[in-house]
Amino acid sequence: MYDGWKIILGVIIFIGLMAFPIYYGFGKATPPPDPKVDTPEIMKLPESERKCIEPKDFMKTAHMKMLDDWRDWVVRDGMTVFIASDGKQYTMSLQNTCMNCHSNKKEFCDECHNYTAVSPYCWDCHIEPKENEL
Amino acid sequence: MLEAAIKGGKRYWTLICCLLALIGVGVAAYIYQFMVGLGVTGMSRDVSWGLYIGQFTFLVGVAASGVMVVLPYYLHNHKAFGRITVLGEFLAIAAVIMCMLFIFVDLGQPLRVLNVILHPTPNSVMFYDMVVLSGYLFLNVLVGWTVLGAERKGIAAPSWVKPFIIISIAWAPSIHTVTAFLYAGIPGRHLWLTAIMAARFLASAFSGGPSLLLILALILRKYTKFDPGQQAIQTLGKIITYFMITNVFFLGLEFFTAFYSQIPGHMHPLVYLYTGIDGQGKLVPVMWTSAILGIVALILLVPPKFRRNETLLTIACVATFLSLWIEKGFGLIVGGFVPNPFETITEYWPTLPEILIAIGVWSIGFLVLTILYKTAVTVKEEVVFDKYGQRQVKAE
Amino acid sequence: MSMDRRTFLKIAGISTVLGVGGISAGAGLSKNVVEASSITRNSEALIGKRWGMVVDLSKFDDETMKRVVEACHREHNVPSVDYEKHEIKWLWPEKFEHAFPEQEDEYLAEDIKHSYVPLLCNHCDNPPCVRVCPTQATFKREDGIVMMDMHRCIGCRFCMAACPFGARSFNYKDPRKLDPKLEKNPEFPTRMRGVVEKCTLCYERLAKGLEPTCVKESNGALIFGDLDDPNSEVRKILDEHYSIRRKPELGTKPSVYYIFG
Repeated sequence: MYDGWKIILGVIIFIGLMAFPIYYGFGKATPPPDPKVDTPEIMKLPESERKCIEPKDFMKTAHMKMLDDWRDWVVRDGMTVFIASDGKQYTMSLQNTCMNCHSNKKEFCDECHNYTAVSPYCWDCHIEPKENEL
Repeated sequence: MLEAAIKGGKRYWTLICCLLALIGVGVAAYIYQFMVGLGVTGMSRDVSWGLYIGQFTFLVGVAASGVMVVLPYYLHNHKAFGRITVLGEFLAIAAVIMCMLFIFVDLGQPLRVLNVILHPTPNSVMFYDMVVLSGYLFLNVLVGWTVLGAERKGIAAPSWVKPFIIISIAWAPSIHTVTAFLYAGIPGRHLWLTAIMAARFLASAFSGGPSLLLILALILRKYTKFDPGQQAIQTLGKIITYFMITNVFFLGLEFFTAFYSQIPGHMHPLVYLYTGIDGQGKLVPVMWTSAILGIVALILLVPPKFRRNETLLTIACVATFLSLWIEKGFGLIVGGFVPNPFETITEYWPTLPEILIAIGVWSIGFLVLTILYKTAVTVKEEVVFDKYGQRQVKAE
Repeated sequence: MSMDRRTFLKIAGISTVLGVGGISAGAGLSKNVVEASSITRNSEALIGKRWGMVVDLSKFDDETMKRVVEACHREHNVPSVDYEKHEIKWLWPEKFEHAFPEQEDEYLAEDIKHSYVPLLCNHCDNPPCVRVCPTQATFKREDGIVMMDMHRCIGCRFCMAACPFGARSFNYKDPRKLDPKLEKNPEFPTRMRGVVEKCTLCYERLAKGLEPTCVKESNGALIFGDLDDPNSEVRKILDEHYSIRRKPELGTKPSVYYIFG
């Protein structure tokens, strides 16, 4: 091919740049996330009651969508009470309900979020629990 | 066809590099604004729209002016405009892109801009603005590119393009009518609450846009082998003249209603703009510059002898463009917010980051225009005109 | 197989559009994760058809004004901004002739001329701000409150241009950085830069059965109630006292009335 050496050089540089994230982290393994649920508020509850408003597996996969639905119901429809699948009623509020038990954002929310490189902008407005503010 | 844009002489590439440098500065300034917020501009709680929305307002008019060369050619067979319809359409594309960019840089939460499409709101004029601007961009790209492609092959444009051209002729007034409706339907802003707002936008669009087109056509004639044609230039000049007269007349109508009725709400914005109130008059020199430029433009445009002299016509077009750019692109917007709803004065002046971002957006528009015009000119230089300057014959 | 560049670009373009469009359509059509029937209103919530307020100007002295403004701003984490052009205010005092500019008159009674009037969002019945919002980020609730959805606001500020009362403020910079010493109410969020905010009639308190903070702190100078209910206190007051509203000629039908005692 014409100017073959230019093309090959270009391809090598391209691969070098694009593959950088892969070979930079070779051999280093980031530990899997370990969200802690031993906050003082949760510890105060008797052991049988230490569960979230919905089962853990549901919350793991669906808490984002659930919070999204909550914010539309509270802000746009004026509905403030959520009836969980076990019939219990909760006020729909990230700041006042979720963070009441999970008051350790850094050891809970941030654990998974940092691992998956997700930065939800909830905290730009919703106030983090006091213990964890810098 | 687009490969014509990467082949050029030293002058062409110098222009491209200068534009890229200005764009770079604008992007850097925008990143600063994105990180800190719109507080880096001169806007305030009282004057919540400023340079960006002003420039958008003015450029919507420039974009619509493409119809001013398309309509006479396609609807009334005015052959002289045959060579420059594509130039008008390409100017419209660049202008609409600038409009959309100016709105984008003005948003407080630009990453959420798609909310306008995810949650369509038929009662909001701004929703329609997004729809008509996008539609107009699509129409002009489709029509301009197809017609230019046909010209390059030396054949007539395909017949399916004709309905799109007709639609674009009807669509063009809609974009600045909708933009005028942004202002004309707001109950609390006396400078804007006038039935002739859309008419004023039409008048300034059809004088400001063609004057830019005329200047660009003359630049093309000077630096390339493409000649827009003497008749096209003169007809454009006549269009600019009549619409500039209308524009100044409409401005006079506003003054009459305000000052003959003596209603304070109507008078105060105009008093602020042209004389200042209580010593606060940042915009006074700017508005008078616009007025004087407008008068100079009319003096040079109205007498046919002056209009036929191309040097004077060029000066008149520059004066027209600048006069309208100040009036629609700045005075109209700021004047709507001063005095504020409490009848006190909060002044506005753009800051350096704001100006740099605006220059960056204009440079992006001019880059798009340069690339499109280079393509168009390259195609047109290859064809040869018959002795009537009408039917285009491919070079042997 | 050989194909020319044009055909290749056409196929690539159409595939991209179909691919992106298909994924978006699929995501958009996926159902709500949680069923809508599993939500309800708080049993104590105050329900109304058209919430409104009466401001008794005769009961508003400097101290009352300061108290209600501070209470509102404290409850809702409204930052205090030094630079006046970027100030944010939900409830604030304004001189009479600036609150009612069409009543400007050099022979106006002196005590009224020099008095201060508390201004807030009027929660109009025919709000121009709601009409112009391109995303319905500001919308009118069924109970009459002109509400703000901070999650949806794109910061275009059309509502600020449309409001004839100057009731809206924009976050030109990050409010947490502008007022770092703000004592935050942990039960209410702040806002971020780039969104518009204003009084929302304490919708979060109404949802719990409480009256708005400013009303609570006003010692009777502000009276809150349902304008649609002929037996409400506000309606009784309006029956018996002459009242004015700001700029009624614009047809926005404000729900905030001002009486002189």
